[in-house]
Amino acid sequence: MQSARQPILELHEITKAFGGVEALRGVDFALTAGEIHGLVGENGAGKSTLMKIIAGVHADFSGRFVLDGRETRFRSVRDAHAAGIAMVHQELSVAPDLTVAENVFLGSQPTNRLGLVQWRRMAREAGEQLKRFGIDVDPMSRLGDLPIGLQQLIEIARVLFSGARIIILDEPTSALSPPEVERLFATLRQLRDEGTSIVFISHFIEDILRVSDVVTVFRNGRKVAEAAASETSKLALIEAMIGKGREALEETYTHDIMLPPPTDQPVVLNANGLTLAGRLREVSFEARAGEVLGIYGFMGCGQLELARILFGKIKPDIGTLAVAGNQKAFRSTADARRSGIAFVPESRRDMLFHQEPVYKNISISVLDRISSLLLKPSRERAIATRQVDQLRIRPAAVELDLGMLSGGNQQKVALAKWLSYPPRLLVLCEPTRGMDVGAKNDVIHIVRDLRAKGLAIIVLSTEPETVLSLADRVIVLKRGAVVREFANEQISKDRLLEAA
Amino acid sequence: MTSGESVTVAAPDRKRPHRLAAMLRSQMRNIAPFLTLICLFGFFAAASPSFATLDNFGNILTQISVTGIIAVGLTFVILCAEIDLSIAAIANVTGIAVAYFTLQESYVNIANVPMPGWAAILLALALCALLGLVNAFGLTVIGIPSFIMTLAMMQIAAGISALLVRGQIAYKVPPLVTTLGSTSIGGIPWIVIVAALMLLGGHLVLTYTRFGRYVYMVGGNREAAEYSGLNVKLILGSVMVISAVCAGIGGMLGVAHFGSAQQNEFDTYLLDSIAAVVVGGTSLFGGRGGIGNTIVGLFVLGVLNNGLDHVNIDSFLKILIRGLILLAALVINVYAQRLRERTAD
Repeated sequence: MQSARQPILELHEITKAFGGVEALRGVDFALTAGEIHGLVGENGAGKSTLMKIIAGVHADFSGRFVLDGRETRFRSVRDAHAAGIAMVHQELSVAPDLTVAENVFLGSQPTNRLGLVQWRRMAREAGEQLKRFGIDVDPMSRLGDLPIGLQQLIEIARVLFSGARIIILDEPTSALSPPEVERLFATLRQLRDEGTSIVFISHFIEDILRVSDVVTVFRNGRKVAEAAASETSKLALIEAMIGKGREALEETYTHDIMLPPPTDQPVVLNANGLTLAGRLREVSFEARAGEVLGIYGFMGCGQLELARILFGKIKPDIGTLAVAGNQKAFRSTADARRSGIAFVPESRRDMLFHQEPVYKNISISVLDRISSLLLKPSRERAIATRQVDQLRIRPAAVELDLGMLSGGNQQKVALAKWLSYPPRLLVLCEPTRGMDVGAKNDVIHIVRDLRAKGLAIIVLSTEPETVLSLADRVIVLKRGAVVREFANEQISKDRLLEAA
Repeated sequence: MTSGESVTVAAPDRKRPHRLAAMLRSQMRNIAPFLTLICLFGFFAAASPSFATLDNFGNILTQISVTGIIAVGLTFVILCAEIDLSIAAIANVTGIAVAYFTLQESYVNIANVPMPGWAAILLALALCALLGLVNAFGLTVIGIPSFIMTLAMMQIAAGISALLVRGQIAYKVPPLVTTLGSTSIGGIPWIVIVAALMLLGGHLVLTYTRFGRYVYMVGGNREAAEYSGLNVKLILGSVMVISAVCAGIGGMLGVAHFGSAQQNEFDTYLLDSIAAVVVGGTSLFGGRGGIGNTIVGLFVLGVLNNGLDHVNIDSFLKILIRGLILLAALVINVYAQRLRERTAD
């Protein structure tokens, strides 16, 4: 049915590379008027890159870009806007200190002949638009005072009602509650029926299947499948996404992995009903000594916040933590460290001191154990050298500035700083992200060694491979809540994806 | 085995030219101020026969002493990537307070509270420490940016000064303060010795203590310091108190040095102290620099101020020249930072 209609946007043989890494390899893509087109694929499959090309964010790519039958090329986001294309990006991009009305009309406030903003008209029109979308808020209230989900809806509303004829939504539902998702879908269908074309990217495959007319699957920078939503299924899409049995690299984790039976080692950390407004809902779990607990979920599922609660960086609204049976209310990260908790955030930049030598990076977390008032640089160097040897950090020079090391070695330093006096609980966020295979294997071995030494380890990741390669027990987070626990059973990548 | 060794040897070798260049570039912030100092010194020595004399060198040392004492604490603050705009006002109020608690001559019309010398000194020190604690509280507990918090404190301290002296001038300070501020031992002014000892102390704390390391780490990457489990707020609070106490000591000795305690006496010391720290090459973005840099910065300012008096220049032009040299130093500071970041990436 769609193919009968003339596509308004056609992309042919699109290739795009970032610093030698090909994000897109010869992708064809077509969009017809009045359709909702779902896009699925793993992180880094190329969905967002393609959409950013359409929205004018990336101007340098090779391939043909045909809009309304004429070959064009956008040089900027402004060009795309002028052509009626608008995009809601994955990261919230609102101005929290402006009013709701100002955010709705950002960059296009109605003005009178003198160029002054017509506040009353702006407030009235913003209010009407939002009501049409089912949002009832005072247009003159400060946006930042509203819950995250509502902010995201307002950002979406801004784009939906901007008059664009091609609208791209990148992961719009990650922070939305189920009724808000329903409202969004109703509006999308209405816009489609009015002739707008919508591209909808999501990790939530059920959502994609429910709202889309057509679904396209990406894998490793290629388009690998396209089907009418009514003629495909969640399982078929997941299979296409991860390329079951076809790509040797992926193969390891498409087979079932047997999780070991639960350990009877003592509980090191007990999380009870952790709740953070708009981010986490009653998350409870326990971490045991000598066990790796994997916490898996899509981007925006609340992992980052959960990890920071465990390390005392943010305080939960409700809920308690107990370390080795003792209730703890961490007032700072220093409190958490004193309780024997170690933490490696997902971004190395936030963890390391790039302008300082390796040994200072390693000794920083244990300085108070090796010196009371005066520093003992020779002790520091000895400790650092031992860690560099054990973790095989290269080059093995503790005096070198950290910034000179490769990413994988920096990640090892981020681990090393916690290991000279082993903690009770190690919280690792995305421990292998962006690493080559060798460094990844090293990290996996380090984590297994630590587990053998009796540490409790929590690994949080949005990459199923990371969780599968490390965890003894897995809990799945979805929109801030625990939806599934895998223990003592068969697990595989598609089961994990299905649960999330 | 042998192949493994040859790899480890080869790796640094391959990188040596790059690392040498990187090292030179990273030392830019230490080299540039020193070159500035040598150039200024050379220029004034050539321009005026009275400049490069031992006597005049003594003058320069005395002239930079009060700034030097205040700049010790400020170095800690700037290393943490914060700022303290209240130092001059705190110096002023501490100097006034120590006079306020000392018996004045009968013609001084101030309703003061005479006390023994040691009590006056302790009270004055307690006052500046308290004001520093308020700065620390505002910055770390309430979360007011240091720029704004210390701007408010500048007004508060000036207000307390005004209330204490009410437009009058006090002259007497406790004997210990008089000795340290305005007398010499063996031809060397005590105030120079105090400044030197405090600079040395600051250097030792920053270089050899755990606290000093924490200061550098918090300034280098505050996020990483927090994720390493350091008590960042405690460290930030401490440097604000250190800064206020150093300013207070500078203020007390300054009052003895000038021979009077009055309102707005230290106003020029705010910019001079910040200039000394920054011109010396301590990064405004934190984590780089130290007392060594501050000493070079102090001499740059001291030579500049003193030298301009020795050459025949319109005294109004002097102000402009000082401003331009400060600007040049700031440009170098930002540029050196950028070079470093490029090498770190």
